Amino acid sequence: MQFFGGSEISPSPPAPTATGNNAHMMYVFNRNGVCLLYREWNRPLHTLNPQQDHKLMFGLLFSLKSLTAKMDPTSAEKGNLGVPQLPGQGCSFHSFRTNTYKLSFMESPSGIKIILVTHPRTGDLRESLKYIYNLYVEYVVKNPLYAPGTPIRCELFNTTLDQYVRSIA
Amino acid sequence: MPPVGPRSGDAIFANIERVNAELFTLTYGAIVRQLLTDLEEVEEVNKQLDQMGYNIGIRLIDEFLAKSSVSRCVDFKETAEVIAKVGFKMFLGVTASVTNWDADGTCCSIVLEDNPLVDFVELPDTYQGLYYCNILSGVIRGALEMVSMKTEVTWLRDMLRGDDAYELQVKLLKQVPEEYPYKDDE
Repeated sequence: MQFFGGSEISPSPPAPTATGNNAHMMYVFNRNGVCLLYREWNRPLHTLNPQQDHKLMFGLLFSLKSLTAKMDPTSAEKGNLGVPQLPGQGCSFHSFRTNTYKLSFMESPSGIKIILVTHPRTGDLRESLKYIYNLYVEYVVKNPLYAPGTPIRCELFNTTLDQYVRSIA
Repeated sequence: MPPVGPRSGDAIFANIERVNAELFTLTYGAIVRQLLTDLEEVEEVNKQLDQMGYNIGIRLIDEFLAKSSVSRCVDFKETAEVIAKVGFKMFLGVTASVTNWDADGTCCSIVLEDNPLVDFVELPDTYQGLYYCNILSGVIRGALEMVSMKTEVTWLRDMLRGDDAYELQVKLLKQVPEEYPYKDDE
């Protein structure tokens, strides 16, 4: 049995709505690996189906976090590689950049992970990710019709998010 | 840009939107009253309040983390301090204090001098078993569970029953680190 997604289909990528939006895509995961949100603005190439794509992304981040914590030269105590860590413990990476894109990541102590993929010349997006976390709190967490741990289906959140992302990129 | 340190509860409380205290107290009182009418058994009401608090707590934690920008607490002692000083201040406008640490550092008491939920409230004799503020114990339990801590929260002292302050005992049962959720063969 997969924990991931349960019986619900992960949100399938909507057609890109905003032209001229520089960000490529965005994922929000919770601590159990459920993809709460996937937004796509500018993604020319799809290699995997949505389920595999989300799993890959989550797995990548999980492993990266573990690796970066183990390789930390300033930390005195290191557990064994593969031992699960508490969210927020140890050093946490916040972005990586390739020649074609930059991936920015933020994890809250409650396990909510926000990932934003943008063009490579984007600056440090940590403050923006914090703002997106605030948006998540205002529009999703406080929404009585939203059941925690399920994919987000909130139009208002989506539009506010689109507007905000358009303004940062 | 250097990281912003955790702001004290006062600063956040000043910036957050607030509701009228009396509206809040009276609404809570109406909820408890209605639960007593519907469920009749005091124990059932206590459990229901705790469950409601739990459902609030699992959402409240994200709001708390987003608005207060505290980073992960190093140990349970820091967690209790943060709950008492920042959490209670931010959501209820009162500051609590942390006392009575046990030898392991896994169990402590949070003492509230002043509790906005109980203004104007008196417990009649037939409801002496009621933990009127049990929603608070559920909130703390729910919120801590979302940051990987399983806890047990109980009331030690309750002013509605004649004690001189409100004292909550928070006991850390275990830390539950995040597991990789997918099976390896998939």
